[in-house]
Amino acid sequence: VHEFAIAESVIDTITAKTGDATIREVRLEVGRLCGVQAEALRFCFELAVQGTAMDGARLDIDEPPGLASCQSCGLEFEVRDLILLCACGSARVEVLSGEQLRILSVEMAA
Amino acid sequence: MCATCGCADDGGARVVDLDHPHPQSPSHSHSPGHRHDHPGDHRDGPGTTTVTLTLEERVLAKNDLLAAENRGWLAGRDLQALNIMSSPGSGKTTLLERTARELADRIPIVVIEGDQETTFDAERIKATGVPVVQINTGSGCHLDASMVAQALRILDPGSGVVMIENVGNLVCPALFDLGETSRIVIMSVTEGADKPLKYPHIFRSADLILLNKVDLLPYVDFDLARFDHDVELVNAGARVLTLSATRGDGLDDWYTWLSGELLP
Repeated sequence: VHEFAIAESVIDTITAKTGDATIREVRLEVGRLCGVQAEALRFCFELAVQGTAMDGARLDIDEPPGLASCQSCGLEFEVRDLILLCACGSARVEVLSGEQLRILSVEMAA
Repeated sequence: MCATCGCADDGGARVVDLDHPHPQSPSHSHSPGHRHDHPGDHRDGPGTTTVTLTLEERVLAKNDLLAAENRGWLAGRDLQALNIMSSPGSGKTTLLERTARELADRIPIVVIEGDQETTFDAERIKATGVPVVQINTGSGCHLDASMVAQALRILDPGSGVVMIENVGNLVCPALFDLGETSRIVIMSVTEGADKPLKYPHIFRSADLILLNKVDLLPYVDFDLARFDHDVELVNAGARVLTLSATRGDGLDDWYTWLSGELLP
């Protein structure tokens, strides 16, 4: 599963900014269309943080829904997966949101 | 796994040059912040105040940066790089073998092979006479930009095309930019026409979709119309070529596409 590599990337990215500071909480944004399962990431994060400055940190994951816009009729609608089909029948659909995979912020021990 | 500290930073990847078969020692590059001291429990007691640090950073920024470096390195040498992805057994290596045999006298080709273990695929490519390195990802389920950077340094290609055969997997490789110029997804008719909808991320990311093993169409229940329809749902307007890497159907179209990629 790629979620372990994602968890390691989260840890590396944060550590590059915070060094040895103890991290109490990590806030992530994992869009519902980004290809990463929030629950799998949570599981992998718990394993990957062992022995790091994030060991025991709370993981808060925001999962914004997928939003798309139809290039044919202009309708904007929510999508639950990447099977992109507008109610008008068009597959010319642009994803507007839901593909984010970002570290929003961390809570460091003062 | 990192030979120094046992951390799983690069998933245990090894890069094997068949002409110098000792695996390259992990030129395992940790990000600047990666620490090797792995301290024990250093949490403060409960109730300690905390400071919020806003990062707003993409999780894959590190890989994407390395991929951008690969892309610049390739562009500087006038090289095209193809990230070829599929499930195991769809015919990636067979297509690369045949392409190497039939095209290498016209187009300089080098190959990067990705598998969890063994150098089977690299041996097959080496037999065609084309330069190749094998990346073994160990427990890893995909190639990443740093692995490809190591392989490129070993191959040191001059011009032409770098074919990167990713680890056989329709899920994880979709997320990791390698610095490629084009992404190709291969699927074979024996896998069933439902794959584009089952694995939409990877099909959506493809610049070109190759439907392989069409010589087997008379023997399998594969609905071509449904396949075309479903590809349209996940990647509207995607280029699709049908071929048989063993019998040779459609290879001219594939070579034409490839030649077009190499035009300035």
